[in-house]
Amino acid sequence: MAIITLNSISRTYNSKQVPVHALNCIDLSFDEGEFTAIVGPSGSGKTTLLNIVGGLDDPDEGDVVIDETKINALSGNEKIKFRLHHIGFIFQAYNLIPVLTARENVEFILELQGVPKSERKKRSAELLEAVGIPEKADIRPRQLSGGQQQRVAVARALASRPRFVLADEPTANLDSASAENLLAIMQELNQKENTTFIFSTHDERVVKMARRVVTLQDGKIKTDETS
Amino acid sequence: MLIKIAWRNIWRSPVRSWIIIAALLVGMFAGVFSSTFINGWMVQRLRDGVETETGHIQIFPDGYQNSREVSLYMKPGQLTGVLEHSAASATSPRLIVRGMAASAETARGIVAYGVDPDAEKQVLNLHEKIVEGTWFDSPYSRPIIIGQKLAEQLELKLKSRVVLRFQDVEGTLTGGSFRVAGIFRTSNTAFDEGHVWVKKETLSELLGISSQNCHSLVIRLNDAEQAMNVAGELQAELPGTEVVPWKELSPELGYLTELGNTYLYIFVIIILLALGFGIINTMLMVVLERVREIGMLMSVGMTRWRIFLMIVLETVMLSSTGGLLGIFLGMIAVWRLSITGIDLSVWSTGLTEMGFNPIVYLEWDAALVLSIALLVVATGVLASLYPAWKALKLKPSEAVRAI
Ligand SMILES: Nc1ncnc2c1ncn2[C@@H]1O[C@H](COP(=O)(O)OP(=O)(O)OP(=O)(O)O)[C@@H](O)[C@H]1O
Ligand SMILES: [Mg+2]
Repeated sequence: MAIITLNSISRTYNSKQVPVHALNCIDLSFDEGEFTAIVGPSGSGKTTLLNIVGGLDDPDEGDVVIDETKINALSGNEKIKFRLHHIGFIFQAYNLIPVLTARENVEFILELQGVPKSERKKRSAELLEAVGIPEKADIRPRQLSGGQQQRVAVARALASRPRFVLADEPTANLDSASAENLLAIMQELNQKENTTFIFSTHDERVVKMARRVVTLQDGKIKTDETS
Repeated sequence: MLIKIAWRNIWRSPVRSWIIIAALLVGMFAGVFSSTFINGWMVQRLRDGVETETGHIQIFPDGYQNSREVSLYMKPGQLTGVLEHSAASATSPRLIVRGMAASAETARGIVAYGVDPDAEKQVLNLHEKIVEGTWFDSPYSRPIIIGQKLAEQLELKLKSRVVLRFQDVEGTLTGGSFRVAGIFRTSNTAFDEGHVWVKKETLSELLGISSQNCHSLVIRLNDAEQAMNVAGELQAELPGTEVVPWKELSPELGYLTELGNTYLYIFVIIILLALGFGIINTMLMVVLERVREIGMLMSVGMTRWRIFLMIVLETVMLSSTGGLLGIFLGMIAVWRLSITGIDLSVWSTGLTEMGFNPIVYLEWDAALVLSIALLVVATGVLASLYPAWKALKLKPSEAVRAI
């Protein structure tokens, strides 16, 4: 059953006279429990697509429906609240609040959700355990390696028990060992907990781990393959 | 957690934060210091003025204040209610006349008070300001107490003879000769120059007014703060008189307190205004530096309101740290100087001529310090609004793409 449906999404940037058609009439849907890679050359529209799915950006045309909610019709603050409860985000970098420790970064999201303190503690410990760095709980991001930071970001993205996690090139700043490691963790969470992951990437080895690969080119879907 | 984040954010660029903190610290130190300094000065002037010159309340016959007519006086029966008033601790009736004081050399215009020396001692502290001689404790039949400045102008010493001339109750020119029994000196030279004290019997004889009568009744209250209220009450009981509290006896004294505070608020507000722009500038830089982070926060579910609040909190904490620290240090300095005092006589001899004591004992005004503290916090809030609004306006999709 589809949890995300994109109905003929178009997004055009009107920068400096020349309009850029970043996305051109995209129809796409994602099911629960998917582990999907969005690939394509630089500038093909991957980031734009993920931002629109997550409600960070609005399409010029078309609708994004998530579990019956038309997210592009929500107000700015409603979108933020929707994300807080339904969507996990992981970016390429700057995922964490630098002045908070790993544990606090995870707990912060839970606090925003209004989860009571005792439960916040328990859940953040579980999550850091799940991403394999329980011993780094009380360390601030600056003292963590890039791979460790991204694992905290995964833990943080999952903290709110979202319907799905959007990750825009989560491994772009990582060496290949860390990248595979991170993906393995994501894969495990996907299989064990049935968490839906949609991530964009350039990395061939990472692409191989995805079950479904959507390839974009010039803002259009070139291929959509499920293995 | 929001408070924790805001507080820790301040220390992300410690040097920058310390500069703001130091600026506020110095500014508010100066604010507290000058406020208590001026306040101390005013309170002192007020105390001197009320205790030495005017008394807490004076009662005059109707119309006397405008005409200064010696034929307008009050009879003892008119004033019986006064001493029974529970707020009054002492009274001193006076005869008053304007005239000339002349020595062998020269003459000056003066106001002469005819008083009962003991009663006068109960309402004013002029007897404590005697620098030469005594307060009427002399063998002369017609002793006179004069100010040091007048003594200099008339070239008088103790025991010198001085002639007072004025009109009696009939309008006939009269006068008498007196001997200087005491010379006083207050912090107000103008006062010392123009007022002399003689015995009431003497003046009554010369004026032709019974010594039972008086032109003014000076009242000392148990609590000077009550002057306005008590004056109102007395006025209702005493028809045919004017009951005048010190604020009106010497309006410039009344203005002083208000003036001092107004000056101070203006001073502090100007400092805070200048610092406020510095704070705005710093916080704009902060927002600019954290565009990506703010984008990330919006992406993971932090509402705009919370982001706004986070910036406001950070600004308020930053400015309060400096401001409150400055107020605190200012209070310590003031506490020291309220004991030792600051001697300004080196810089300014003109102060005494204006009635100001050159040694200033700093004086607290808790309400004032509290309102400065509140102004600091308010400045923090105001200065945060624009940067916080800037953060609020960021579009998440653009913010997360920012470098
Ligand atoms: N804010 C913007 N203003 C103007 N054009 C933009 C903006 N953001 C993206 N674009 C353009 O839209 C197109 C799609 O960009 P997008 O970032 O989605 O690509 P991408 O597939 O994520 O690329 P990359 O692999 O380099 O991250 C590009 O041509 C890009 O130049
Ligand atoms: Mg991209």
